[in-house]
Amino acid sequence: MSEGSDAQPISLTVNGEPVTVLATPSETLLEVLRYRLGLTGSKQGCDKGDCGACTVLVDGRPVLGCLTLATLCDGAEVRTVEGLSTAAGLHRVQAAFVRHGAAQCGFCTPGMLMSAVRFLETREQARAPTREEVAAALSGNLCRCTGYAKILDAVIDAAAELGTRSVPGSNDAEGAR
Amino acid sequence: MMPLPRFALARPGSLEEAARLLSDAGAEGRVLAGGTDLLVNLKHGLAAPRLLVSIDRLPELRGVSVDDAGALVVGAAERLADIAAQVLVRARAPAIAGAAGLAAHPQARNMGTLGGNVCLDVRCRYVNRTPLWRGSLGGCLKAEGDVCHVVPGGKNCMAALSGDTVAPLVALDAKAHLVSASAERWVSIEALRGKDGRTPVALQPGELVRAVRIPAAPPNRRSAYLKWAVRHAVDFPLVAVALVVDAGADGAIESLRVVASVLGPKPRVVAGLDRFRGERITPQLASAVAEQVTRQCVPLPNVLYDPQHRRRRLGVMVRRQLDAWVG
Repeated sequence: MSEGSDAQPISLTVNGEPVTVLATPSETLLEVLRYRLGLTGSKQGCDKGDCGACTVLVDGRPVLGCLTLATLCDGAEVRTVEGLSTAAGLHRVQAAFVRHGAAQCGFCTPGMLMSAVRFLETREQARAPTREEVAAALSGNLCRCTGYAKILDAVIDAAAELGTRSVPGSNDAEGAR
Repeated sequence: MMPLPRFALARPGSLEEAARLLSDAGAEGRVLAGGTDLLVNLKHGLAAPRLLVSIDRLPELRGVSVDDAGALVVGAAERLADIAAQVLVRARAPAIAGAAGLAAHPQARNMGTLGGNVCLDVRCRYVNRTPLWRGSLGGCLKAEGDVCHVVPGGKNCMAALSGDTVAPLVALDAKAHLVSASAERWVSIEALRGKDGRTPVALQPGELVRAVRIPAAPPNRRSAYLKWAVRHAVDFPLVAVALVVDAGADGAIESLRVVASVLGPKPRVVAGLDRFRGERITPQLASAVAEQVTRQCVPLPNVLYDPQHRRRRLGVMVRRQLDAWVG
C-alpha cells in the first residue's frame, strides 16, 4: 500500500462521485476503496475470493473487490454499500435487513447487500422471486452467523415491496420508512 | 490480509500488442484474464511474474459466433456468466453453458473467462495454501520442494484438474486457438492439459488462448456436465464428469464419450465405450457404463474428501444421468 514509484492515478466514479486516486499495479480495488478512499464498508474477509464480503458492483456487475486490480477499473463506475442509503434514509434492501434481523456480526452484510441490490435491479419484475432464485443470487456471499434464513426473508420482502411499484429500486430510499 | 506481490501490469488494446508483450517477457510474463485463479495463486506465493498482461481490452478475444462449418466459436475472454446465459451456447453446447454456470459463484463467474477456466492451474490440498502452511511440510513437487504428499515417491505432480469447462470441452472434441507473436495453432483441449501438475497447461512462452471452437453437434446429441462438491456454490469440483451421447433416429448409440476430471492433472477420457455402440440406453446399460467409469477412474487424496467416496459418486452421477436419458 506504500506509494511506490509505480503508483499511477486512476479515475473512478464511486457511488456517483467522480474521483481520481493513486493505485499501484498490484493494488486491488478493495484496497484502494478501503485504504486510499476510506470506504471501509466493503470488508476484507478471506481476501482470496471465497467469502464475498468484498463484493462491489463494477459497471453494474457484482465482482470480488479483493481479486480485481484497481488499475483495470480505470474509467469504471463502482458502487459500494456506502452508496446505498441517501439523506432520506436507508435503501429499501437495507431497511428490510433491519426489519428481519438479517445482520448479526455484520461482516458479510455489505457484500450481501450489493449482491441483493444487483439481483433486485435486474430480475424479472412481473412476478415475485422464488426463494431458490434469491439463494442463487446470494450464493457467492458466505454468512457464518445467520443461517441465511433471515437474509433470504429480507430480500424476498424487499422484492415484494418493489413489486408494488413499477420502478426498479436503484438508489431508491423511499421504501425505507 | 493477503497482499499481492509487486508486478508490472500492461493493458494492450490489440492481440498483436499483447502477443508482443508476452513474447518479450518470456517466462516472466503471465496472461491475466479474470484473475480469480491467478491472483489467488500470487497471493499464495505460488508464482511471482514480473509482468501481467491483461486481456480485458482485446476485441479479438471476445464474441460468440457460429463458423461456416457450423461450429461454435467462443472468444477466450468471454465471461463465464455470459457463456452460461448465452443463447447460442445454450442451444448448441448445453453442457458448456451448464459447466460455466456451475463454476464457483456469481461474482467469480462475472470475472472469470472461458480461456482462464480452460487454463486453470491444477489444485491440491498441499499446494493451495499459504507459504507458511506449505513450508511446515517442507513444500512439495509443485512448490518449494521435491516430494509428493499425495503419491509417496511420485515423480509427477498429481494435483487435480479443477476447471469446470474442461471435461465437457474434451467430450465435445473442442480445440483451442493459440496465438503468439510469431505463430498460431489449433490444439485440442485434451492435448492442452499436461499430465504433470507442474506444467498443467501446454502453452509455449508467449502464447495465449484466443478462442475455443466446438464442432457442430449431430442431430440426436445429448450432453451433460455433472459436478459434485460439498456446497452448490463457491467450491471447486471434488469430482466431475461430462457425458456426450450421439444416437441414430432409432435411438441406437452411435457414439458415447465420458470424460472425468479432478482425478489428476489431465482429463480422463474413459476408454472402451465403443462396445456400447448400437445399443439403446437402458437401465442395464447405464449401470454397465457406470461400472466401467468407476473401474477406470481412481481419485487421489489430492483434494478434500475420501477418494473412495468420490469414486463412488462418479459412478452414481454417470448412472443417474444415463437413467434420465433412457428411452
